[in-house]
Amino acid sequence: MSAKTYAYYSGCSGSGTSKEYDLSTRALCAALGITLADVPDWSCCGSTPAHMVDHALSAALSARNLAQSEQLGLDDFVTPCPSCLKNTHNAIEQMRDPGFRKEVDRLTMRPLARKHRAFSVLQLIYEEVTPEGLALKIKKPLHGLKLAAYYGCLLTRPGRSMRFDDEENPVSMDRLLEAAGAGMLPFPLKVECCGGSFGIPRGDVVARLSGRILELACSMGADALVVACPLCQMNLDLRQKQIRSAVRLNFHLPVFYYTQLLGLALGLPEDQILLDKLVTDPKPALAKIEIIRPPDVPAQPAKEVPA
Amino acid sequence: MEHVQLGRGDTDFIRAVETESGQKVSRCYQCGNCTAGCPMSFTYDFTVSRIMRLIQLGQKNTVLSSKAVWMCASCESCSTRCPNHIEVARILDVCRHMSRRAGFGGARNVRLFADAFLQSVRWHGQSHELGLMAVYKLLSMRLFDDLTLAPDMLLKNKLPFKPHRIKGRDEVAGIFRRYAQGRGLHGGGKK
Amino acid sequence: MKIGVFICHCGSNIAATVDVKKVAETAGRMAEVVYATDAMYACSEPGQQAIEEAVKKYALSGVVVASCSPRMHEATFRRTVERAGLNRYMFEMANIREHVSWIGRDQGPNTVKAIELVRMAVEKLRLNRALIPRKLPATRRALVIGGGVAGIQASLDCAEAGLEVVLVEREPSIGGKMSKLDKTFPTVDCSSCILGPRMVDVAQHERITLYAYSEIESVSGYVGNFEVVIRKKAAYVDWDKCTGCGLCIEKCPSKKNFDRFNEGLGSAAAINIPFPQAIPKKAVIRAEDCRQFQGKKCGICAKFCPTGAINHEQQDELVTIQVGAIVAATGYDLADWTVYGEYGAGRYADVITSLQYERMLSASGPFGGHIKRPSNGEEPKSVVFIQCVASRDPSIGRPYCSGFCCMYTAKQAIMTRDHIPDSQSYVFYMDIRSPGKGYDEFTRRAQEEYGAQYVRGRVSQVYPRGNKLVVRGADTLLGSQVEVEADLVVLAVGGEGSREAAGLAEKLRISYDSFGFFLEGHPKLKPVETNTAGVFLAGSCQGLKDIPFSVSQGSAAAAKTLALLSRDMLESDPQTAQVDIKRCIGCGKCIQVCPFQAIREADLRGQSKAEVLEAVCQGCGLCNATCPQGAIQLSHFTDNQVLAEVEALLCP
Repeated sequence: MSAKTYAYYSGCSGSGTSKEYDLSTRALCAALGITLADVPDWSCCGSTPAHMVDHALSAALSARNLAQSEQLGLDDFVTPCPSCLKNTHNAIEQMRDPGFRKEVDRLTMRPLARKHRAFSVLQLIYEEVTPEGLALKIKKPLHGLKLAAYYGCLLTRPGRSMRFDDEENPVSMDRLLEAAGAGMLPFPLKVECCGGSFGIPRGDVVARLSGRILELACSMGADALVVACPLCQMNLDLRQKQIRSAVRLNFHLPVFYYTQLLGLALGLPEDQILLDKLVTDPKPALAKIEIIRPPDVPAQPAKEVPA
Repeated sequence: MEHVQLGRGDTDFIRAVETESGQKVSRCYQCGNCTAGCPMSFTYDFTVSRIMRLIQLGQKNTVLSSKAVWMCASCESCSTRCPNHIEVARILDVCRHMSRRAGFGGARNVRLFADAFLQSVRWHGQSHELGLMAVYKLLSMRLFDDLTLAPDMLLKNKLPFKPHRIKGRDEVAGIFRRYAQGRGLHGGGKK
Repeated sequence: MKIGVFICHCGSNIAATVDVKKVAETAGRMAEVVYATDAMYACSEPGQQAIEEAVKKYALSGVVVASCSPRMHEATFRRTVERAGLNRYMFEMANIREHVSWIGRDQGPNTVKAIELVRMAVEKLRLNRALIPRKLPATRRALVIGGGVAGIQASLDCAEAGLEVVLVEREPSIGGKMSKLDKTFPTVDCSSCILGPRMVDVAQHERITLYAYSEIESVSGYVGNFEVVIRKKAAYVDWDKCTGCGLCIEKCPSKKNFDRFNEGLGSAAAINIPFPQAIPKKAVIRAEDCRQFQGKKCGICAKFCPTGAINHEQQDELVTIQVGAIVAATGYDLADWTVYGEYGAGRYADVITSLQYERMLSASGPFGGHIKRPSNGEEPKSVVFIQCVASRDPSIGRPYCSGFCCMYTAKQAIMTRDHIPDSQSYVFYMDIRSPGKGYDEFTRRAQEEYGAQYVRGRVSQVYPRGNKLVVRGADTLLGSQVEVEADLVVLAVGGEGSREAAGLAEKLRISYDSFGFFLEGHPKLKPVETNTAGVFLAGSCQGLKDIPFSVSQGSAAAAKTLALLSRDMLESDPQTAQVDIKRCIGCGKCIQVCPFQAIREADLRGQSKAEVLEAVCQGCGLCNATCPQGAIQLSHFTDNQVLAEVEALLCP
């Protein structure tokens, strides 16, 4: 593992509704030897509302965080949140246009000095640690667990811009979780929209879209969904009760962050992966993990090599 | 729908959409792939491909007053699968900007939620979920939505009561201020 | 020299924006010009007459016509001056239409430019000399590359007219794509019933030599005298002994191999005859599938072959032939549709290509003519056809319409209802393109009589739910999203030039485009010629076309071949490169740059010199521009002639 350090941007939900994602991401990275340095005094990227209002405003909010990351002397900006990633990524791409960049600089009054690259923590783990590398570190394999990985719409689309994994059938989470011993279902709605930020203003929309995702995963026999996005997790998990009554189906499908499950497989303690933060009870799913006993431990301790 | 008088379309509008989005709307050949994959289509008054068609014909008011441009979730299905590589989602974004600037209401709750969110960012530098929910509820008068979620949220200790205020919040507020001041300077604001 | 200049009005095409009288008047004062006039239409009968008369009356030794592009009428006027008794190369043309009147509206500058162009032509003409074409003997034998329906047609037409024909096919059997089809539109007649007899005709024709399972190794020479090396690929079966009985196929233990002819539906034995009507009906062993070649002990086929035809030691064989003309008829391949992740990228068994569906429909296909879901063998009740897959899609670099998919999809929808009366077909389309005879009526029949539900819109996504496929599309006429549960999804995949087309084009020295289609000489007036003399095109290798058009083009290419080889001697264009032996230092640079291998090294009293093979030289001028000594000159475009033109422009 390279000793490289990455500027880490947790995003607003990391200190609220997706605390468990932020914490488990940090713990997982630490266990995998990835060094993260928090962007100092970071601000909100503006999320969907900002780019709904204006692209330059949205880019300026992201640009401030990039400017803050320059204090760390780092170019590589990583975030667990696909929405934050999308905004930051778009800001970097759009600022290649000099006119646009000028307007952003006017708003931030802090022209950027470095060439930045933004990507997800998932991409970082998938490409730097790789599934093969991860497999070597697994302590408690997730054997017996049947999972549907759900990537959401923002992480890989459109491929010509995000340049990570496959835009229609991404596999990075599947490969990592497979390396951790889980059984992955060929889930066809991997990149379908869950309803995104419409949860609050239009709960009915989320009920319908997330409902379809939950329903298909259940009908395929999934024990749980695995996600990489705080907004998806909130829609699918926190709102699952609402969805159940809206679509009149009785499913109870836990929705894990992939970082929690990989953390579990690496043997990280509960206080680092916070499974108790999940609303839909994960215990029945976790109970399916087959404990494969290690080969009988020899009665005598291994011979110590004399110093 | 009102009959469309060809030749009286607003060509300035077509040009403005093309300039602000960087896309060429005449490249759309109306295959309907954007509509086919759009997860939000059931909430629209016009399907995405019809919005594209309306733009091609310069039907400014119909586009800017449509619900569709506000209900787009920016999931980028359309941009991903467009056979002509048109960034359709960006065009919808741009129409939403224009709609807001021109004072069309759009989907009220969606607009109010966006306002509440940005207000929160402007005040604290970060978004404060509980606070913005409160602001949104007051603005929209939808006081009882999602109350069923509160017990779970509180039980799981997921919603801090106090917002986290960053040190650089004045700087963030400055971005919003300069944006509000300079609105007329780019992209053809409301006349 | 006595030069005559004729300034054409081209009706109002030129005269509207060029002062032709003034151009003629000015031309009259140019060096060695003894006569200058204007003409309403120089190319018309009276126009040409006037030129002929002027040549005689003023004893002209050279003529300049200022009119349209030489691509349009140079040949016309060369014949005119020839009739008047001049050598045809004592003629120059100034293009004052495409280069002047059509691109500028201002008469003043237009007239000045026209005068300049005329002056350049006059200055060049002053250095022209008479050139005489050489006569060459031609080999009266044609090579046809590709044994699809276009190649078959070209071969039969040539052979019927008395020409020897060599037909080369890369697959073990001729028949091409058409042999894979079940029925043909718009008549719904059986494809193999109409193609089969033509294939047999090829096999039995005394003047056709067929090389199946063979490829073109190299091509050299020139029009009338090509030398072609054919690689006969090792079939590991002695075809002289093989009777096509099929016992080897029955006994072969390696049976689960990819079935090429059946597009991967079903499986094939390692030793195989692609289909019952194959021509030639001879077995071929695929080494990569054969146990013997994979190092396992086998040889079962050899044990059972009643004629002892199996020969695992067989090697590729090279055959050299001489031909006078070549017809390329290499057809097309389906584009790679697995780039469509939204259609499953090949992950879903029940999403198949239109060509696979043809094999499914075919009675001699792997399913015995029964439509079945590949996933579970059940009969599908709901079949969705998606048109324009890898066609009209700039995002994957396929912006063109493939032309035949609308029609075969209508046919397949009809056949679906025919095979399964209680089935329902849905056709997602963008536009229905049916301009042929009886074509549009056919697509109407699919809808009116066979109940195919046509939905105007693309499909965004296909995904499995339970054991069905969910197809999410749009109905843009309705202005709505639509969803349909399908048992089978058939993708109307578009075509592209054959995968080996580029390599072959290099060997034939013809041009091809980025989609692998060969470039015709002129899109309208030379549709089957290429820019290489003696090489013609037929069928989809030039651009996708359906069966009637492919057959027509096969006949057209045959007509061109026959016209070329009907003469005993061919004339070569004298506008070729000439080497000034005294100046040539034998550096060989010209040999390196010549794209036609028209220059070779020759020994002149112990010194190395360049030698131009006049018959091969196409007069492109690359050597001319490359030669550091100025030793190679292109006749009719010598350095002096070009410089004279430049000088006429810069220092009038």
